[in-house]
Amino acid sequence: MTQATQEKATTSATTAFRALQCKECGAEYEPKATHVCELCFGPLEVKYDYDFLRRTVTRETIQAGPFSIWRYRPFLPVMSDNPIDVGTGMTPLLQAHRLARRLGLKKLYIKNDAVNMPTLSFKDRVVSVALTRARELGFTTVSCASTGNLANSTAAIAAHAGLDCCVFIPSDLEAGKVLGTLIYNPTLMAVHGNYDQVNRLCSEVANTHGWGFVNINLRPYYSEGSKTLGYEVIEQLGWQLPDHIVAPLASGSLFTKIYKGFQEFVEVGLVEGKPVRFSGAQAEGCSPIAQAFSEGRDFISPVKPNTIAKSLAIGNPADGVYAIDIAHKTNGNIESVTDAEIIEGMKLLAETEGIFTETAGGTTIATLKKLVEAGKIDPDETTVVYITGNGLKTQEAVQGYVGEPLTIEPKLESFERALERSRTLDRLEWQQVLV
Amino acid sequence: MVKVLIPTPLQKLTNDQAVVDCKGRNISELLESLESSCPGIKARLCDDQGKLRRFVNFYVNSEDIRFLENENTKLNDGDEVSIIPAIAGG
Repeated sequence: MTQATQEKATTSATTAFRALQCKECGAEYEPKATHVCELCFGPLEVKYDYDFLRRTVTRETIQAGPFSIWRYRPFLPVMSDNPIDVGTGMTPLLQAHRLARRLGLKKLYIKNDAVNMPTLSFKDRVVSVALTRARELGFTTVSCASTGNLANSTAAIAAHAGLDCCVFIPSDLEAGKVLGTLIYNPTLMAVHGNYDQVNRLCSEVANTHGWGFVNINLRPYYSEGSKTLGYEVIEQLGWQLPDHIVAPLASGSLFTKIYKGFQEFVEVGLVEGKPVRFSGAQAEGCSPIAQAFSEGRDFISPVKPNTIAKSLAIGNPADGVYAIDIAHKTNGNIESVTDAEIIEGMKLLAETEGIFTETAGGTTIATLKKLVEAGKIDPDETTVVYITGNGLKTQEAVQGYVGEPLTIEPKLESFERALERSRTLDRLEWQQVLV
Repeated sequence: MVKVLIPTPLQKLTNDQAVVDCKGRNISELLESLESSCPGIKARLCDDQGKLRRFVNFYVNSEDIRFLENENTKLNDGDEVSIIPAIAGG
């Protein structure tokens, strides 16, 4: 055995994460439960030893790992040999032939986190990482401020890991997201206010209670989980980068971490580098990042959200400036779409690809369509669209827009009559909707 | 008096106190008052030009001062000011 393979064999279960570092001023901190630079208030990022990763990780070691995000464990900020693995990640990357044809694209892929495990959104990735780290740091109670998906995920994975859980949500969330949290029996605080107000309250709670808030004091670890959405796409494309990605923007964190994931795999030699364009999607009723982008600003003016895309309704997005920076430097775009376009986007994805996504996914598909129509996506580009949540959780949004079942008697004649009627209706709708 | 809620990363400068009472008719004056009772804290919150850093959020009675009058936002006796670092989404 050569020294290199020996090292690979003995260190494959170790981690390359070394410290936390301020993204603004570069100050370093021990990897504890902290998220803000004490000197300049900038966000803290996890720092890795990329030389170590280059020496110890290969495509083969990754492929020999579990069929979950933990196949990328050396790139994640945990120490444990037994991270919390509930089958999160490795969701399908589907080539979307029918949607591509409808839009006039040649190579379109959907990364489908609407079927992520265990709670059907990309948040399971970040929470699996955050709660593994929370356990390592000795927390017995975990918490979060959430627009819904994070609440579902934190409550579910905390239940699996046997951690106490207290989550905070705005009181006007969709019923599916409230029920989909309560079933795991956490303490659920429904706050009269929008997400930004919930967030502020949670920061105040975090100041005085010794809890692990996944998106506050555990944020540096939590947010790293989103990098796996970058890694998986590379691996599923046959160890290649796409040309263009389109992803939703709420706080901007996911967008920046997909970028970081791509960069890291290039950095350690797992994939050949090439330019990838990053385009972001927002709902018009909460589009502080899109507004700043279109006005050429490098700062965010917060807004009061008013949109059906509640999981994207963050009026004061923490990573907005970084998202703008990435869109600019990769020659991408950030667009916003109306609530009506979001519903059309949800229906379009369902009708062409058989994927029922939530409002955030509708926002992303509607933005994809808008970018294509504006000539901002080249039909020849290999484009990956990130679908981050499941439509069963936001049924209210499309209620009234998807028609009704044809109610019939248990008689052949009744069926034939209804079928004839439905075909007439189909033809009429076809003529109205499609060119 | 105005009650100021201090985030954990700054509590080293406030003797581990999560709440500090301060004076000031607006946010700028409050910052000076905070600095005199907790020396060094202003440099953490403001850049070299004395402007609030972009990752710092100030709230007066739960409202973001960017929806009010920024550093000129007026303060009254009994108001509550909360200092919050930017937070990732959920």
